Formats: sequence, structure tokens, C-alpha cells
Amino acid sequence: MGLGVQALGRKSIQSISKLGGFFVLAGRFLASLKDIPKSLRLIAEQIYFVGLKSFPLIMIISIFVGAVSAWQAAYQFKFIGAPPRLLGQAVGKAVVMELAPVLSAIVFAGRVGAGITAELGTMRVTEQIDALESIGINPVRYLVMPRVIACMLMVPFLVIFANFIAIMGALIVSIVGVDLTPEIFLNGFKDSFAMKDFNNGLIKAGVFGMIIGLVGCYEGFITTGGAQGVGKTTTSSVVVSSVLILIFNFVFAVLLFRI
Amino acid sequence: MSAESVIQITDVSKSFGRNPVLDELNLNIQAGESIVIIGQSGCGKSVLLKHIIKLIEPDRGTVRFDGLDLQEVRGRHLITLRRRIGILFQSAALFDSMTVAQNVGLGLRESKEHTVDQIEDIVHEKLDLVGLADAAEKFPAELSGGMRKRVGLARAIATDPEVLLYDEPTTGLDPITADLINNLIVELSQHLKVTSIAVTHDMVSAYKIANRVVMLYEGKVRFDGTPEETRATEDATVRQFITGSARGPIKVR
Repeated sequence: MGLGVQALGRKSIQSISKLGGFFVLAGRFLASLKDIPKSLRLIAEQIYFVGLKSFPLIMIISIFVGAVSAWQAAYQFKFIGAPPRLLGQAVGKAVVMELAPVLSAIVFAGRVGAGITAELGTMRVTEQIDALESIGINPVRYLVMPRVIACMLMVPFLVIFANFIAIMGALIVSIVGVDLTPEIFLNGFKDSFAMKDFNNGLIKAGVFGMIIGLVGCYEGFITTGGAQGVGKTTTSSVVVSSVLILIFNFVFAVLLFRI
Repeated sequence: MSAESVIQITDVSKSFGRNPVLDELNLNIQAGESIVIIGQSGCGKSVLLKHIIKLIEPDRGTVRFDGLDLQEVRGRHLITLRRRIGILFQSAALFDSMTVAQNVGLGLRESKEHTVDQIEDIVHEKLDLVGLADAAEKFPAELSGGMRKRVGLARAIATDPEVLLYDEPTTGLDPITADLINNLIVELSQHLKVTSIAVTHDMVSAYKIANRVVMLYEGKVRFDGTPEETRATEDATVRQFITGSARGPIKVR
């Protein structure tokens, strides 16, 4: 019993200390934003590495997300007797408001967040981050800021792309599987499309990008203990980012979409 | 405390979790000295070294560099101060994604105080000094352990520091390459007139590069003397370490 309480106490102190460390890094990231002008090359490199290389994966995922959404919606419509022409409206809303931002962000956390943690974690355990500091380079300015900014910019771009591809996937299923004409599907989509939903999706995506970048960098920075440590923090990075994305998504739903 | 002490470490204590590493340790280092800090693995040698460049901060006590209390040095002042100190890390800590030349020139590029041509000249000069002028365009993965250490050394001296710190400079190297690194450290000390502080448990290296030997034991300075005094010491703890004996007062962890 006593040992259990001790362990719980130790775990709680570790968690609070980790949370404190995360906010300190977030503060140092904000302070480093003044150095954006002299870090443009680093930011451009990260945009290429974290963003552009994610497009093929997002394309594959989005096409199937759109396709399955259309298929499942059509299946439900059959039971409740809803007219198939509403398919474009239903799928369009679901994709633009929730599916594209959340799924793109979670896939991005798995691909890019994990990569950032593994890279920075390896740099930490091989003393490369200490080496940066020793030659007078602020590692937050040099490593964290370009990665977080690249994530904040690229997740919204990926979401725009994911919206388009997912709607294409849904359109194909509507034509091939439900026998709708493209006009009926697209008219339904147009009727339900609201710029506000689209913009809110992009705002969410920017925040998700910041979460993925900051969590990825923080987990990398606190890595200890060699290859095993890198493995642990990389897993933790994906888990923490994914959970935070879902929590913040709910907060956004409450704040942005009033019932 | 001598007026010429470039580094003053006063009553420094440091623990990691429940593990005390440094315990009210005191050490003054004069300008121009070549000091070697010896001690068992895990006795806090590297931790002490990292205090000098503020990569680690003490729990208690003060570390002063050129009279400045490092605890009070932050931001741009810390960056400027760090450029006066070079460090060769145990694993060399080269940046994998950069060539040798980019590794050596990174600090200079980021300081924005030199033109591209000047940086190229400095990088070439420093690589030449460590005998690696031909390896400028190679990546760290293409280098041997000894070459990596030499590139790490070239990077450490790129900003012409006044103090050079060496963390286990010969660990993991064969005896011949280790001797090459030792010679290089001695040459750099004489050529650049820098203050050298090396931590090692390699006594061959220690005798070759030191004009002062300090032994850490149980978080404190156990011994402080010249290499000759080290060889002649009657202290059983120091003798056990320098002769490399498993028998003696030192508890093997």
C-alpha cells in the first residue's frame, strides 16, 4: 500500500515536471519567433522534409477515407430511406469539418512527429544538441522553431489537399457504387459547403501542427539512454500528439460549432 | 583563489535523482595550464567538464569563467562566452547530415561575423591543423573513430577559443590513433596557447598531455599534483587507480 502510494506520488511528480518542461520549451519557441528572418533557409528545408514528402501518404489515406465515408453513408441512407442525392452534403460536411483535419493530423503525427522525435532524440543521446550549444547556437532557434513552423504551415496545406482527394474518393464511390451522377453528388456538396467550416478546419489543422511539432521536439529533447530511450520517446510522441489532437478537436467542436 | 584563475569551481554539488555526483567540489584552473582530470567511470568527470561550459548547472555552488558567475550569464552573453571555449565530445558529436567542412564551419556561419570566403579559409586552416584537409567533403559516417575525433577537434578550435575541453579524447581508439590524438592535443596547447582541460581514465594519455593531474573520487578532488607527483604518490586510492588494480580502497561499481 505504502509502496503503491510512493510510486503514484513519484509518477505524479514526474508528470508535473514533464508538463512544466513542455511549457518551458513552448515559451522558448515563442521567444525564438523573433529570429524567423534569419532562419528562413532552415524553415524551407523543414517544409520540404516534413511537408512535401507527406503528400503521397495523405493522398492514399484521403482517397479511402472519402470512399468509405460515401459507402457507409449510402448504406445508412438505405435503412432510413434518405434520398441518395443527399450523399454529397453528408460526406462533404463530414470530410471538411472533421475527417480531413483530424485524420491528416493523426497520420502526420505518426509520420512526421515520430520522425522529429527520433531525429532530435538521437541528436540528444549522441551529444549533438550539446555540441550545438557549445558552439554558440541556440538549439530551440536552430532545431525546434523551424520544425514547429513547418508543421504549423504544412498541416493546413495537407488538409486542403486531403479535403479535395477525399471528396474525389467519395465521388468515385457515388458514381460506381451508388449510381449517382457526378452533378447530383457535386451539387449536394456545393449546397452544404460553408466557407466557415472550411476555415475552421484549417485553423484546427494549424493548431494540430503546432501540437505535433512541439510534442515531437520536446520528446526528442528529453530523450535519455541510447537506442531504447529513442524508441520510448518516439512512441510517446505519437501517443501524446494523437491524444492531444483528439482532445483539442473536441474543444474546437464546442467552441466553433455551437449546438 | 589566484588572480590568474580562468576557471573557478567553488563548492559545486550536483545530483541526478538520488545519485550525488559532485559533492562541494573545489577546483581552480590557471590560464595556460594543461590539466587532466582522472577518475573512475561515472565519478562525475564529464559532468564537471559540462559545468564549465554551462551545459549543466550546479545544484549548489558557483562556476566562474574569467571572473563571471556562469549562473548569471544568459542569452547573447552566454553565446559569446561559449565561443571562448571549445569542447571535444566523447563521441565527437558531429552533425550527421553535414559534411566535415560544414561541421567545422557551422559555428562561424551562425555567428554571421565572417564572410563565406573567410569561413572557407578558417575551415581549411583548422582541418589542415588536424591533418584532415582532404576529408572536407566527406560525411561523418564515412570517417573512422580517430578521424571523427580530429574533426570534432577542428570544430572545437574553429572560433580560436581560449580554453579547450576534452571529454575522454582517446576512449575507443586504438593505441596508435590515441597517441596521434594525444600529440595533437599537446601541439594545439603549445601552438594555440590555450588552457586545456581533459577528462580521461587513460593514464598513458594523462601523462602525455598533462602538466597537472587532478583525481576525482566520491564527488571531490582527491588528488591534485604534477604528473611526477602523481607517479610518486603514496595515496592508496590514487595508486589503485593509476596502476589499474581491482584491489584497493576504490569500490568497483
